[in-house]
Parts: sequence; structure tokens; C-alpha cells
Amino acid sequence: MTTTQVHRTAGKPILVIGGGIAGVTTAVEAAESGCEVILAESLPYLGGRVARSYRYFPKLCPPGCGLEINFKRLKGNPHIQVLTQATVDSLRGTPGDLEATITIAPRFVTDACTLCDECTRVCPAERADEFNLGMGTTKAVYLPHKMAFPAAYVIDRAACRDGCTACRDACSYGAVDLGQQPERRTVKVAAAVAATGWAPYDAAKIDNLGFGRFPNVITNVMLERYAAPDGPTRGRIVRPSDGAAPSSVAFVQCAGSRDENHLPYCSAVCCAASLKQATYLRDLYPEVPATIFYIDIRTPGRLEDFRAKVASDPHLSLVKGKVGQVTEDAATHDLIVTAEDVQSGKKVTQRVGMLVLATGIVPQTATLPAGFATDDYGFVTRVGGHIGLLGAGCVTRPEEVSATVQDATAAALRALQAVVRSAHHG
Amino acid sequence: MAERPGVYICSGCGIGQSLDIGKLVKVATAELKVPRCEAHSFLCGPEGVDLIRRDIASETVDGVVIAACSPRVKTDAFSFDPLMVLDRVNLREHVIWCHKPNDEDTQMLAEDYLRMGVTKVRKSEPLEPQQDEISKRLLVVGGGVAGMTAAIEAATAGYDVVLVEKSPRLGGFVAALAQRFPTAPPYTDLQAGGVAAQIQQVSYHPKIQVLTSATIRETSGQPGMFDVTIAAESGELKTRVGAIVLATGWRPYDATKLGQLGYGASPDVITNVEFERLAAAGPIVRPSDGRPVMSVLFVQCAGSRDERHLPYCSSTCCMATLKHATMIHAQNPDAAVFVVYKDIRTPGQYERFYRAAQDHPLTFLTKGEIVGVEADGGGRMAATVKDTLVGEQVRIEADLVVLATGMVPNAADGAAIRLVKDSRATLARAEATEPQKSDARKKIADLAHHEGTEILCLTYRQGPDLPAHKYGFPDSHFVCFPYETRRTGIYAAGAVRAPMDGAHAQEDAMGAAMKAIQSVELASRGAAVHPRAGDLSFPSFFLQRCTQCKRCTEECPFGTLDEDPKGTPQLNVYRCRRCGVCMGACPERIISFKNYSVDMIASMIKAIEVPDEDEEKPRVLVLMCENDAYPALDVAGLNRVHYDPSVRVVPLRCLGSLNIVWIADALSGGIDGVMLVGCKYGDDYQCHFVQGSELANRRLENVKETLQRLQLESERIQLTQLAINEYGKLPALIDEFMDRIRDLGPNPYKGF
Repeated sequence: MTTTQVHRTAGKPILVIGGGIAGVTTAVEAAESGCEVILAESLPYLGGRVARSYRYFPKLCPPGCGLEINFKRLKGNPHIQVLTQATVDSLRGTPGDLEATITIAPRFVTDACTLCDECTRVCPAERADEFNLGMGTTKAVYLPHKMAFPAAYVIDRAACRDGCTACRDACSYGAVDLGQQPERRTVKVAAAVAATGWAPYDAAKIDNLGFGRFPNVITNVMLERYAAPDGPTRGRIVRPSDGAAPSSVAFVQCAGSRDENHLPYCSAVCCAASLKQATYLRDLYPEVPATIFYIDIRTPGRLEDFRAKVASDPHLSLVKGKVGQVTEDAATHDLIVTAEDVQSGKKVTQRVGMLVLATGIVPQTATLPAGFATDDYGFVTRVGGHIGLLGAGCVTRPEEVSATVQDATAAALRALQAVVRSAHHG
Repeated sequence: MAERPGVYICSGCGIGQSLDIGKLVKVATAELKVPRCEAHSFLCGPEGVDLIRRDIASETVDGVVIAACSPRVKTDAFSFDPLMVLDRVNLREHVIWCHKPNDEDTQMLAEDYLRMGVTKVRKSEPLEPQQDEISKRLLVVGGGVAGMTAAIEAATAGYDVVLVEKSPRLGGFVAALAQRFPTAPPYTDLQAGGVAAQIQQVSYHPKIQVLTSATIRETSGQPGMFDVTIAAESGELKTRVGAIVLATGWRPYDATKLGQLGYGASPDVITNVEFERLAAAGPIVRPSDGRPVMSVLFVQCAGSRDERHLPYCSSTCCMATLKHATMIHAQNPDAAVFVVYKDIRTPGQYERFYRAAQDHPLTFLTKGEIVGVEADGGGRMAATVKDTLVGEQVRIEADLVVLATGMVPNAADGAAIRLVKDSRATLARAEATEPQKSDARKKIADLAHHEGTEILCLTYRQGPDLPAHKYGFPDSHFVCFPYETRRTGIYAAGAVRAPMDGAHAQEDAMGAAMKAIQSVELASRGAAVHPRAGDLSFPSFFLQRCTQCKRCTEECPFGTLDEDPKGTPQLNVYRCRRCGVCMGACPERIISFKNYSVDMIASMIKAIEVPDEDEEKPRVLVLMCENDAYPALDVAGLNRVHYDPSVRVVPLRCLGSLNIVWIADALSGGIDGVMLVGCKYGDDYQCHFVQGSELANRRLENVKETLQRLQLESERIQLTQLAINEYGKLPALIDEFMDRIRDLGPNPYKGF
């Protein structure tokens, strides 16, 4: 009977770039298996896109529940070093022996911050709230959101008034350091995993759908914030034009996806996401009619049950047809949606109070250092690049949370292999 | 037991402005008689932390009570020896941020929380991690593409693997494929099939032992020490492994049930799996007469997305059909290919392949439903299609009809098999009542077909295999944790877990292998796996007082406990996830953790000061799930939302660890009501210990009967289901409950 001995605490750490659900998963799964992990996130908090989602499909459970568990795993694990506001500038070396340079932007608030909130009371300046996609504002010194991890304030210096020191003066704990400078670190790592996730496709580029021109055309990610209790409307889904409940709502699937002019691939999650959002609507407005215009409803596996359950809603219709044009009734800000039936060529016209564009997933690679291999659409290939760089989650392909966590766990194994190899070969 | 608890009270963040710290210190020193109590205005700062560190180092204290902010924050600052006893009294989020400052009731709340915290520390013992010889070898069951991937990748990471395959050859379904789906740019070209390279790699890897024509006879033990008996060609062998990856794959849905689609009516109606075999054997010809195929009809969702067959989507059949269409056109560009579908599902980059296949001028895709398939009399098959987008019924004739049949997992439902076994035992019991027997007979009739499907043959009291979901897949119930298994150390991967293609199965196998590795690494440190990852506590059983009621062995969500022939529980500590459900189940209160016990919580409840009836200050105990409800109450504090200060909150590892004696203790001690706040239950349950809040609710039913006998209103107890993001509702829920308690009036047992 042999018992495998894996000596890895002596091994180099792995670097995970991106602290959304993919990056957090890769980090905790690797660390609980004994790897040293550096987790670098560019924002001041972890959780990425899932932290900004109201509920997961198909269970309609809150992402905060799983994040709470994962953050507890992070907090309790001495093998993980979490860096926020950190960007990886470069990765050099050979597989298993990489040197990463990381720049950590100043937070201007130190670890001494106790969350007492005295600073925001006195802060005279405001900034756009990126957590709420710019819908609403926070003070220049702010806690990113109520369940933010790390639980610590941050200052957006660009938003500060010249020479203002109000927050520093108000802080009893000396936690405000307005002179903080960026910090540069160089670390040796055995592997690097890109987990920088996705951004919604810029809906303004889809001319015919009216986003940016008509106030009541919103995107699915915006709706997610409207529905959330910590969103800009505290959970109310209302028309941006007048703050009123919509009389009817339509969802436009494949807004940019499966379209040679925009994203030639399928974004994989938008069908189930729109079905989920139809349930948000139903929770608030028991009888508001809703329509989902789709090309194919893509709910693989057990998600089929979810499709069937949501589709049984008598006030929801699923119409197979591609939306060709959206115009606005200037008087009411209602929208007139014209859809082309994909096969019969017949036209359907519908007036709705609000239109939700199911915008797709665009891989976020702008913050990645050079060296990662990508495909024609900018997705990181999972094992690629001449120095053996890895990828996990939506930066590698459009996928839902469960699949993201699954391949982030797989990426943790690839990273572990690199640690083991580098320990053997020095 | 911590005998010298030190109490450290922070007066920062407004705590000192809202509470009388001097009185709190007095409670600690004069009333609770702790040997050391310090107040500090910035306890999480270096000076404050140093104060605590020095006391620990000098052994002035052997346990620490930090009365400051929520235990969810400042964890780095307040991290000391992980084995030491420590409690965080939440004076900030749960007291001063949500109650009136310098108010008698707020002060009483803080003082009670301090009493409860000191009691908790006094009732806790330092942890001693479990240490055993842990095997880090992995067992992979199934030698298809998923199993081979798990084996190779785990071996590459340095772990020994034994790979067991039932059939004489490795490779599984993928070995039979001529070509596979495109997974690399430009995603339009099929990839070469076959798994010869992988078979070679597995067969010659020094860390992988391959057993073909082998099945598992028995798996006993627990993570880190599973003893597996394998029946192989060479005879029976026994081996010890630490964790298991179940990668037994899938089988096609039984096409003989698809008579209405023409299967069985003609040799020219075949399944997609039969098509693969035809294609691998050479040019694709008509099975009936060997003539070339000039037209093919593919029927999508043949048996899938169909309540009469498989209600779920098999995920891979759309891509398989597009691949088959491409293969036909590669052989004969002039062949007509018809596809009748419900939705074409080609997620992500697979969309490119769909587009490429669709671009062929002789590929015709039609949304519709097949009414019937029959021979057209002229040697071809004819299908009638309804519900097409053009609105008319359409007839399609073809030389060959291919049914895109779906995936059925090669899994065994351990829970179902256990139910059959239990039901048979009920029938054999002389004292079983007729309703019990009739229920047992029904269960046997419904579930007996599961017998004989065993794969892992676990000796677990709760069944021989992983429990499966309603469609037979032993998948996780959780979106955010796809490997959250109900049998610690055993992870399903590939198409047995959920319908998926080979490429996804390989990724999945890597993830499952990682979880298997992690489980043995954590076991070797005596630590729990997810969701209480790293927890070093474990339950112990005072068996002298056990009455063999079997509640703990039945209610454990993870099959941790076995039974000896008399029904006494046998602990397998490495299967345990430390939720405390067994502790809540036990009527004799013989199950406890060093830092979590029935006595500990009961003593905390007793530490609450209950004012006399004439003071008109009701007291309500609130027992909360520590992962969801407790953080939600923290956020209510962060939002400075006020609620009734008469409540006393005790966080529980899981509401399933609720022992009803706590409720009896609370009510007999004069507490006016008990509120329980746990996760949502039902089909979409959110409890990560599976049934915690539901079990608590069931136990409450029994309590309510007792209450009625005591002439106490059952409304004094309430269980509320709350999600973590429902923090906006929680204060109002508490206030509503308090209003009801005030309406009911004081607990008549007050002062007894």
C-alpha cells in the first residue's frame, strides 16, 4: 500500500487573475488542496458579476449564499493572499516558472478601517456607483456594497474635491491615508489562471434595438440590478423614463449574440436568464404581460424543467422570432417592437412599456497581461500560450455559473500540476 | 473547558457612546467572575490585538471572548491559535447599530450577549484535530473518456490511481466515435475521434493501475480509508483508497420505446448511436439493402424533452446531429439532410459549427413535431411533421431516419435502494402495522427496479451508492457548488452527473479529480470539506446512554453514521461535514462537538436574564442559520435598521442541529417565544446541509404538541424561511413576531 506524498507547501504559489466566481473558486479549491495562492482582483471587492446578480437560475436562490460560504473559506485559509485593485502587468518565464509583476492601486483606506461609516457621513463628493452599473451614486469614500469582501471602505480619488481631507479628519482609527502610492510587486509563480470573466456586449452598438436612444430599453444586467434589494431602485422593476411600473415587458433574446455583425457565438446563459427575469417580473406584478422573442430557447439538461415551469405562466408568451426593429412612441415612451418570424417571414408588431435586451457575454481580457492565447472572439483558450497559461470561467467560453465553477475547479487541478512539476524540477 | 476566559470589550465604532461599558465590564468581572476583562477603544488595532495576544501567550487566559463587531469581519485581526476557544460577541451589528443608544433595553441586550458569549467559551473545549493514516490514492470508476481523464490528470498531479472498468476495454462511448465536436478555433471542423492516445497513457502510467472486466463488490470505510473489494479477471482483490471519482457515463435511451417514431418498423430507422457505429464501420449505407443514402431525416429530442420519456434535455444531441449531417455531406455532398427539431441548442462557440453545418445548401432544418414515421411503400421512410412554423402539416421522405436519442445516466440511486431494503425489513417485522406494511409494499413496487443496479456497493447505512436526483443523475443540488456531494469523498463526473458531451466530460473529470484530491488532503489534516471547509471539530458520541433510536443515523444528510446490529450509531468521522444534524436529532443529547453542543447552547439560553412578569419586558430567543440568516441580520445592522431589542440571537451551524430541548429550556425558563430563521426548503431547498430547516420544522411539530399539553400557545414558536439577501425583510419579521408575543402576553411559566 503506497501513500502518495505530494510536497507542495515548498512549491511556488499559483496566481489567479480575477476574483469573480471563477477566480474565487480556483483559489479556494487550490488552497484547500494545499497550494499557496495569490488572488488578484482589479476591483476593490471580490464576487464579480455574480455579486451583482439578484438570483441564480434555476433555483432562484441568491448568489450571496454561496459567496458567503466561499468568503468564509477564503477568510479561514492562510494559504490565500487576496489582492484587490490589483492588476497583473506582465507574466514572463517558462511553464512552471513564471515571474509576475503586479501593481496594486492605492485604496487610500488601510486595514485599520473598522467599517464605522463616519467617513461617508462627512464626505462631500459623489461618484457613479459602478456596482450598480452607474445607476445611482455613492460618496467618494464608500463601501462597495453591503456584503462586500474584503469588508473595507475605499476612496475614489478621482471623485474627491481638491484638497479635501474630511474623511481623514473624521476617522478615529487613522485608517485614511490620502497619500498612499501604488505598490509594485514581483512574484514567482508556478502557474497563472485567467479568470477575468465577461462584460455585457455594448447594447448601444445594436442600432435597431434602440438602447441608449429610448430610455425604456434596458439590458438584462441592468434588470438584475433593478430586481436586487441593494440595487438602484431597491428591488423595484420600473421604467427609467417615469419610474412607473411597466404595463408590459418584452425580452429580446440574442441581442448581439448569434449575429455575424456582433457576436457570432451563442452566449449560452441569456435564455435561462430571461426566463429567470420573467419570474422577477411575476413576483412584483402578478398580471403584467411579458413576451420573450427568441431564435431557439437554449436550456440544456435539467434547465429544461425550469423552462417548462416558467413557460407555464399564463401571462408570458414565448415567440420564435427575431426582433428587427424597435421604435418609440415619444408621448408615452412606450416601445413598438417589430419581430420577423425566422422561418415564415411574417411580421409581428407589439407595443410594450419596457424592453429588456438579453445582451451577450464578451470575454474580458483587457486587464490580462500578454501571453494568454485567445480564439477569434477573444476567449482565452484553456491550456495555451507558450508559457502554459491557463483559463477558467467566462473568459474561456460563455457559460453559466455551475459550469464556470466546474471548470474553475478543473483549472485548479491544472495549476496544482504545475506546482508539483515545478517542485520536482526546481 | 475554558477555565480562564478573557473578555475584551471594544468601545470603538460608537459602542462606547451607545452602551455603558463600565457596566459591561462589571457583568464580566463581578457577575461572571472572569479572571480578565479589558475594554479598549480600538480593539482591532495593533494595540488592542496585542493585549489579547499577550494574555494568550502568558496563559493568563485559556479562552477569549471578543465583544466588538460581527464575527464576519475583522477575522484577520482577531485570528489566534485555531485550536483555542474563541467567541465573538456582536455588540456592533446586532446591538448598537440597530437599537436605541443609551437605552435600558439596548444595555440589557448587550449584557445578555456578553453572558451568552462567556458561557459559550466556558462550555467549549480546545480542539484536537483527528489524526489517522490517510490514503491519498484515488479510485476512478469507469474507463471512458471522463474516467481516463480523471486518472491521468490526478496521476500527473502526483496521486496514485486505481481505475476500474466494467468492460474488457477502456475508452467507453468516445472510443467508438469516428469524429468529435470541434473544441478549438475556428470551431467549424470536426476533430478526429478515438481515444487511443489516452488509453495508451492510462495503460502505461506508473501511477495508474488499470483493472478492466472489473466491478466493485464492496466499498467500506470512509474518505481517506475506503476499503474496496474488486472482482477482476484475475480474481478478487482488496485495495485501500482515499477518495472516489464516479465516471460511469451514460447509455442511450431505449429506442424500442419510440415506436411512434418508427423505431423497429424498419431497419432504416436507427438511433444516433447506431449511426455512429455505421459511420465508424465505413461508408454510411442503408441498413436494409446496403444502398447509398441520398436523403436522411434526423429527429431531434427523440425521447428527450418529453414527459412520456425523458423530461430533461440531453444537451448533446443537437451537436451530434449536426456532426452527423456534416459526415453525410462529406461522404455525399448531394444528399439531402432534414432535421426536425424543437430548438437547436448549440451553446457558446458550438454556434459556429451550427452555422457551418447549416450553410450546406442541402441541410434543411425545420422546427416541428413528428406525428409518425412509416414506410412509404416505395422502399423509403416517410415522416409526418406538425406544428411547423409555416403552420401546415408537412411530409418528409427519406432513405434513412436517425432518432437523436438522449442520455440516461449509468448510475445507481443509493437512496432508492435503501428505501427498498428498509421496506422489505418492515414487511418482515411482525409488529409492523397494516398502514406501515401497505406503505412498504407501495415503495417496493415503485422502487424495486433499482435493486441490482449497484455500482459502488457502499456499506453505508443510507444506501450503497450516491443518492440521485429525480432523473437518476447523482448531481449536486447547488448552482454554485457543482461538486457538492452528499457522500463526502465521492464525486460524480461526466455524463453520469449531467448530460454532457465528451469534451465537457473531460473538463468535469478534472474538476472531480481535484475535489477527490482535496478531500484526501483535508482528511490528512483532520479537517472538514466544504461547506465547513477546514473545520477541525468533529462529533463524539456518549454511547453508554444511546437508546438505539436511529434518528441520527437516519437524519445525517451525508451518510456519516452506520449502525451495528443493535442499531447503535457507528461514527465514520471523515464522512462527517460537521453540521450537527445528528446532535439536533438525538433525544438523549449524547452527541456533541468540543465547541458546539446541546449543553453549550442550552447554557447560553439559560444565561439570558429573564425579567419578571411585571417588568413587561418580554424575551424571545432567535435561533439562526449562521450562513444566511445571521449575515442578513448583520446587513440590517449595517443599514442601521432598528428592530425590537427583546430578542436574543444564537447562531446555529445549521437549523438542522436544533435540539428541541433548547425550546423546552427556553420556555420553562420564562422566555416568551422562540423564533427560528433558516434556509428555504422544498424542491429548490437552499440548505447546504440538505434538509436542515425542514428537519427543524418537523421537530417543531412535536414540540407544538407538548406545548398544547402545557397549555402554552403554539404561536410562541415560529420557523421563518429566509434567504441571505432578504435582509430588508428580517427586522420587520422580528417585530411582527414580537408583536404577536406581546399580544399573547407573558409566558405563564415565568418565575417558576
